[in-house]
Amino acid sequence: MYAQMVDTGSPSATSLDEREARFQSRIDDGIRVEPQDWMPDRYRKTLIRQISQHAHSEIVGQLPEGNWITRAPSLKRKAILLAKVQDEAGHGLYLYSAAETLGITRDQMVDDLHTGKAKYSSIFNYPTLTWADVGAIGWLVDGSAIMNQIPLCRCSYGPYARAMIRVCKEEAFHMRQGYDIMLALCAGTPEQKAMAQDALNRWWWPSLMMFGPPDGDSVHSAQSQAWKIKLFTNDELRQKMVDQTVPQAEHLGLVVPDPAVKWNAERGHYDYGDIDWEEFYNVVKGNGPCNRERLEVRNKAWTDGEWFRDALVAHADKQAQRLTAQAA
Amino acid sequence: MSTARYEYLLRFGDNALILSQRLGEWCGKGPALEEDMALTNVALDLLGQARLLLSLAAEAAGNGADEDSLAYHRDDRAFRNVLLVEQPNGNYADTLARQFLFDAWSSLALRRLLSSSDAAIAAIAEKAVKEVSYHLRRSSDLMVRLGDGTERSRAMLQTAIDKVWPYSHELFIGDAVDAEMTAAGIGFDPASVHDEWLAYVREVFAEATLKLPAAGGWMPKGGKQGLHSEHLSKLLAEMQVLQRSHPGASW
Amino acid sequence: MKNQWPLWEVFIRSQHGLAHRHVGSLHAPDATMALNNARDVYTRRNEGVSIWVVKSTDITASHPDDKAELFDPANSKVYRHPTFFPMPEEVKGL
Repeated sequence: MYAQMVDTGSPSATSLDEREARFQSRIDDGIRVEPQDWMPDRYRKTLIRQISQHAHSEIVGQLPEGNWITRAPSLKRKAILLAKVQDEAGHGLYLYSAAETLGITRDQMVDDLHTGKAKYSSIFNYPTLTWADVGAIGWLVDGSAIMNQIPLCRCSYGPYARAMIRVCKEEAFHMRQGYDIMLALCAGTPEQKAMAQDALNRWWWPSLMMFGPPDGDSVHSAQSQAWKIKLFTNDELRQKMVDQTVPQAEHLGLVVPDPAVKWNAERGHYDYGDIDWEEFYNVVKGNGPCNRERLEVRNKAWTDGEWFRDALVAHADKQAQRLTAQAA
Repeated sequence: MSTARYEYLLRFGDNALILSQRLGEWCGKGPALEEDMALTNVALDLLGQARLLLSLAAEAAGNGADEDSLAYHRDDRAFRNVLLVEQPNGNYADTLARQFLFDAWSSLALRRLLSSSDAAIAAIAEKAVKEVSYHLRRSSDLMVRLGDGTERSRAMLQTAIDKVWPYSHELFIGDAVDAEMTAAGIGFDPASVHDEWLAYVREVFAEATLKLPAAGGWMPKGGKQGLHSEHLSKLLAEMQVLQRSHPGASW
Repeated sequence: MKNQWPLWEVFIRSQHGLAHRHVGSLHAPDATMALNNARDVYTRRNEGVSIWVVKSTDITASHPDDKAELFDPANSKVYRHPTFFPMPEEVKGL
């Protein structure tokens, strides 16, 4: 209570190692890092990469579902889907803002996305072929995403954690609306049920791949965990996803497209089969079914919108000049 | 049941539905994230209005219809929206010009419906008028900003306005349905909002340094009576595909 | 890229009469559009009844290195808290 003022010396006198050690011990103590705090350059860079990838995924992630907005089979579903896809734009925006506090501009990040320099979640490079895919994305993809995002609400970087809290709060309905679509399809005609099964078949493996490569091959994992910007390993989250999803599929009367899926009483988890990592790396490298299309659409939207963005800046500048002229 | 009232509700409901369908095409592809979200909010408001109006129309039809059967199981000849709202999105200036002309009309139309003798219609108008007031503020503001912005933005917007302008005339042409609804105190005479609409549009264009297109010339019409442009049946083919290919299924 | 819209910080007062709270940021060409965008981005779920926007570059923030000298001294002013004063339990209204 009656703490004395302790002179810690001028910051410039401390060595980088000492600073890093102090930084790490603050993180270990659960103290949040804020934008103006000193941070190791690698922490900053890793976070920029992670947050911007996350933001890009939200933005590109609008496209596969957006593909069905104009064809949603009821007005209620249309309204829900519009709101959901709009939420994703919002989440991209919150995340870009969080990354901007680390000293990168949104335009720079957008440029990195458009030139293929930055990555986004590989899952959005798969096509949405039927309405059931919209259900499967909500159920499986948002289900996986939220599993990854909830722990991030406690991550070490303040603006990122706060953005994730907002995202998670808003996303609560996304997974449910997806499962709700699947419920309706599975209670519907044989064609609808087949549509649901087909969607599960196509989205199951990509959803498991979403958590990233197996722990043994994950390059940045250990450091990111020490920095508390990654709180569970890829395989831990993947297992959680399988454990959660298998009973949900059973409830729908759908079959998970993996014969190896079986409850393992000893482990207290479901076993599952081998993931085709070659496919994963191939999609990440740009060779998924929709990589080119997705980037083309984003690039076109950005290029087509340039006149609009520029015009609004020009107007704002002119207005400011007029005001100054008036005041003079 | 009054057929005229049913027709009348379809006109307002279809306007909102078809315009929101068009705006939904932009979702995820707007010129800036913030703008994309703003436009989607407009689309959502309009879709909400469409659902209320079509539900009320379905109730008036009294044949077991509902909002979805009306939206998904009518052919283009049975749609009653004005030609303006079914016009393709074009570039973003085209979309905004169409939106501005519609918002300016819709905000006046809804204000008239506030005093409708039909309580259900007045209630919908009361909710919708707040939404549309915001839409109009937004689209007017963008007219001024883009008209003033750069040479290019003014040129694009002027071209867009000139292109969409002829479709605005239909908004003010009354027919027997309008007359019956006006006489019953449920609706209003479309011609009666024209001057106020034009005065407002003129004022915004003046501030935006945009030219008001000349009066007269080509004035397409017929949407309110079910005679549409070629664009509508294509829009419906896309919108209705699932309901049509899976008859009787629920979603 | 030169024409990027500036960054704005958004503050929203919720229905419950609490003070405006920082909710995030966004880009907009000027203050009016920042307000509009804030409405469309940050109040989609009925979150607020009043919005403030401030250009991010207009915010002056305290420096984290000053934390000790700015804030620690308040720790010793315990008498500013009502719990500092033991009160006879039988006396009411204090």
